[in-house]
Amino acid sequence: MPRNRFLAGIAVLSLLAAACQPSASQSPAAPGGPSEGAEPLGGSISILATWTDAEQESFLAMIQPWVDANGVEVEYEGNRDLSTILTTRVEGGDPPDVAGLPNPGAMAEFARNGDLIDLGDVIDVDAMLADYNEGYIADGTVDGTLVGIFIKIAVKGLIWYNPQAFADAGYEVPTDWDGFTDLVEQIRSDGATPWGVGLESGADSGWPGTDWIEDFVLRQSGPDIYDQWWQGELAWSSPEIRAAFEAFGAWAADADYVAGGPNNVLSVFFGNGGDCLFADPAGCYLHHQASFMSGFFETNFPDVAVAGDTYDFFGMPGESYTGVTQSGDLFGMFRDTPQARSLMQYLVTADAQQIWVERGGAISGNGAVALDAYPDDTSRRIADILTSAEVVRFDAGDKMPAQMGRAFFGAILDYIQNPANLDQVLSDLDAVQAEAYGN
Amino acid sequence: MDLGTGVLAVVVVVGVPAITVLYALATEWVLRFLPERGRPRLRPWLWLLPAFAFLGIFLVYPTVYTVVLSLMDRRSEEFVGYENYVDLFGQQLFWQTIANSVMWLVFYTTITVAFGLIVAVLTDRVRYETGVKALIFIPMAISFVAAGVIWNFMYDFNPEVGTVNAAVGALGGEPQAWLFEWPRNTFMLIIVGIWMWVGFAMVILSAGLKGISTELLEAARMDGANEFQVFFRIIVPLLAPTIAVVGTTIVIVALKTFDIVWVMTGGQFDTDVIGTLFYEERFTNRDAGAASAVAVILLLTIIPVMLFNIRRFRAQEETR
Amino acid sequence: MSVVAASATRAEVAGRPRRWYSRLPLHLVLVVVSLIWLVPTVALLVSSFRPPTDVNATGWWTVFQLPFNFTLDNYAAVLTRNNLGQSFLNSLFIAIPATVIPVMVAAFAAYAFAWMNFPGRNALFVLVVALLVVPLQSALIPVLQITTAAGLTGTFPAVWLAHTGFGLPFAIFLLRNFFGALPREMFESAYLDGASPTTAFFRLVLPLSIPAIASLVIFQFMWVWNDLLVALILVGGFPRVAPLTVTIANMVGTLGQNWHLLTAAAFVSMVLPLIVFFSLQRYFVRGMLSGSVKG
Repeated sequence: MPRNRFLAGIAVLSLLAAACQPSASQSPAAPGGPSEGAEPLGGSISILATWTDAEQESFLAMIQPWVDANGVEVEYEGNRDLSTILTTRVEGGDPPDVAGLPNPGAMAEFARNGDLIDLGDVIDVDAMLADYNEGYIADGTVDGTLVGIFIKIAVKGLIWYNPQAFADAGYEVPTDWDGFTDLVEQIRSDGATPWGVGLESGADSGWPGTDWIEDFVLRQSGPDIYDQWWQGELAWSSPEIRAAFEAFGAWAADADYVAGGPNNVLSVFFGNGGDCLFADPAGCYLHHQASFMSGFFETNFPDVAVAGDTYDFFGMPGESYTGVTQSGDLFGMFRDTPQARSLMQYLVTADAQQIWVERGGAISGNGAVALDAYPDDTSRRIADILTSAEVVRFDAGDKMPAQMGRAFFGAILDYIQNPANLDQVLSDLDAVQAEAYGN
Repeated sequence: MDLGTGVLAVVVVVGVPAITVLYALATEWVLRFLPERGRPRLRPWLWLLPAFAFLGIFLVYPTVYTVVLSLMDRRSEEFVGYENYVDLFGQQLFWQTIANSVMWLVFYTTITVAFGLIVAVLTDRVRYETGVKALIFIPMAISFVAAGVIWNFMYDFNPEVGTVNAAVGALGGEPQAWLFEWPRNTFMLIIVGIWMWVGFAMVILSAGLKGISTELLEAARMDGANEFQVFFRIIVPLLAPTIAVVGTTIVIVALKTFDIVWVMTGGQFDTDVIGTLFYEERFTNRDAGAASAVAVILLLTIIPVMLFNIRRFRAQEETR
Repeated sequence: MSVVAASATRAEVAGRPRRWYSRLPLHLVLVVVSLIWLVPTVALLVSSFRPPTDVNATGWWTVFQLPFNFTLDNYAAVLTRNNLGQSFLNSLFIAIPATVIPVMVAAFAAYAFAWMNFPGRNALFVLVVALLVVPLQSALIPVLQITTAAGLTGTFPAVWLAHTGFGLPFAIFLLRNFFGALPREMFESAYLDGASPTTAFFRLVLPLSIPAIASLVIFQFMWVWNDLLVALILVGGFPRVAPLTVTIANMVGTLGQNWHLLTAAAFVSMVLPLIVFFSLQRYFVRGMLSGSVKG
């Protein structure tokens, strides 16, 4: 056996690896940080979150001032399959100190299992209320106990369009519901395709459609019906929810209104769902997606996509009601250590929140973060939509029990595939609703 | 290279293999303290001990744990008897899952084993054996996520991008949504599984084939047997034990199918199999009871396969 | 008869009495099967050299016409990734012991199952094989509880031991089958010469089962090399310990951005398993058994 060669190979590889390792992170003088006394905390903290790649860097930048001020060693682990890894670690007796929570539904599960630590005596909630809308506290609370805080927010239900294509075709940005539906009809009667939709997202395929339904429910039937719905008190087969599905299907399941027809809607990756905005001639004129979509535009079309020039957005107008839907990345504490307490206190501060905001890709729920902090006009306007809205609701699908949320994804796919089957789709959802709540 | 890495490298490359060899040598040393008659009785247990220790900790204990959880509620707090099973049997999704798993079991297993056998036998007779085997083996070496990326493009609805639909279009057909309609989508996923696993069957069967003496085959050919007769009358019977090993393993792989379905469809469009149902119950719904019941049902499904294997061992022992 | 002589005879016998066209169907079948098998792989390979916008817009088969639009960007992005070297090394540190230990432990057990007498032999063996069906995902939580209690979580040995446990049923199953096919007379003459069972194991059983052991090594190594979940749970995804699979998985952004890097990464991470496959192919030689028996 060529063991010697193998050993030599390993030695070479090790040298290579040593050369590839990043040099010790340089730490610039820390601004602020929550250090109350002179004594640095020291020790270490393990963090598990869903962020990888660029978002991971932004999060690490966000906590860097805290790290510098407290001298804590950070072991950060990013994984997109957060739900599996976190569940396994927690049940296997090896939880991280603090972790991102997959969604409010999963947060409620962890809280009811007694895995999450009560943040009520970690964070000064009254002080937090000075900067945060009450809704953010409520969305992080399970059975009266605060267990989750928001790291960043995404605004949902924005309508993206290409201003150049709009100008060429002579379309105007609508300001109300009638203008919005008129625009869609106008595009269609001009022989073009109004919508670009992509629902594929691996094991979570279908979720972009749930955002559509949520936006319709909130705008057609108002916040009270919306709340009853995600709380499981309103049946899926009720006229309100059915109307939302039908409004969605009228566009997304009709080959006259959506690029490529329903089969394309089902198979296109959601991050490419708006690619048709940039085609010449335009493959579509409108795309419905959350605030993070701008990131996909810029990666998919590095030279073409320019904010305000070739892509822009308008808020989906209100129909019978107005309102905005949002989602956010929650953080919870699984081990009660001084480092974890200190980090959680730090993360809600405007100083911390501002760092990610400035780096782009995040909207802060902290009202003390000035609009000036946003890096560009687009994100500033998105933040403004959120702060100026009277009615803000969290993504309903994420707030439902996990089983309900997943059935919702599947229902979207079934409905687009076979719109005539709506009765069956809704009654299946009713059956899951009867089982999923009350666990 | 820092010291820690160097020490680890030595442990990994020299220490670990050395320990395993030393263990085998130590068994005879231990047996020397026994009276002559006792040695053959203790010896097998010493050789089995390391394997049983590993199996006990990493597979038997988790199995017992799973069986216990399957009799408890979703948070494993209260004993609920067989309620989880009753719930499961009452769900349409469960029977859908069983139907899909049966499809996997039947089509995936037979095609993979048959193809593996054919390729192993055919490549054995050409000079470019290693080349063909490498091509068939490569899919096994591709990670599931990358395989998922490429097969999603293979099956893409848009004939501009989707290879299969482009081929269908070139032959004058309409593009099809391969992954959205049951039962066609399950077949399409099975094809991905076959693509990945024929390499496995081929390599193992090929190793078995090398143990069949050439003289025997040539003698048969000299006696005027044609190639089909050589294959069915000599190769298949002599290779039967290896075919049984590969077949049993592939049956279990079929029953445990998870990654392909999860990466390609996430179990949507009625493609759920036992493996994905377990995963959804355990990690999405966080229902430890229901998930464990699914896992226990998976364990029970292989009883017939094991009975077949017991019969086979008995027969093998008698002939040798 | 030696190995060389055996294969030479085969070539002669196979070649002499037949005309070249009688073997044409054989070649045709092999070429067609290889081509079909190759299509997805080539699609992946071609895509790994294309910009993602192209991959989304046109099929891989359109690249073979002018103007060519190939790029090395995907490979550059993968190969210059932070921590790639360290995680390659970590993968080796995980995969080598996690291959050696189960193969050796399984060989011991397979030897006992095949050539030693003890009560309950067949029943125990079938139980071992039955453990193949235990799903990894259902075993992980209890295994994590054990490694955490033992203080091993977060260290490489935790993954070695877990992979050994998970890999053993197949390894024992396969090796027992091959060991059992060895001729009884061979052991009898060895024992007559005064060899101990340990000597017989190292001098006869292992050398004569090299094709089986080689195929087992190929698969165990590849499974461990491609494993993501076990490593992630038992050692974690921290840069210091993360294997290649974890580092590659994390190239994809939170929302699935950069998925196109997976194409290039697939080939980068495939290199070592293929080297193992090719270097062990030469042990797939016919006639080893008959050669040694006849001395």
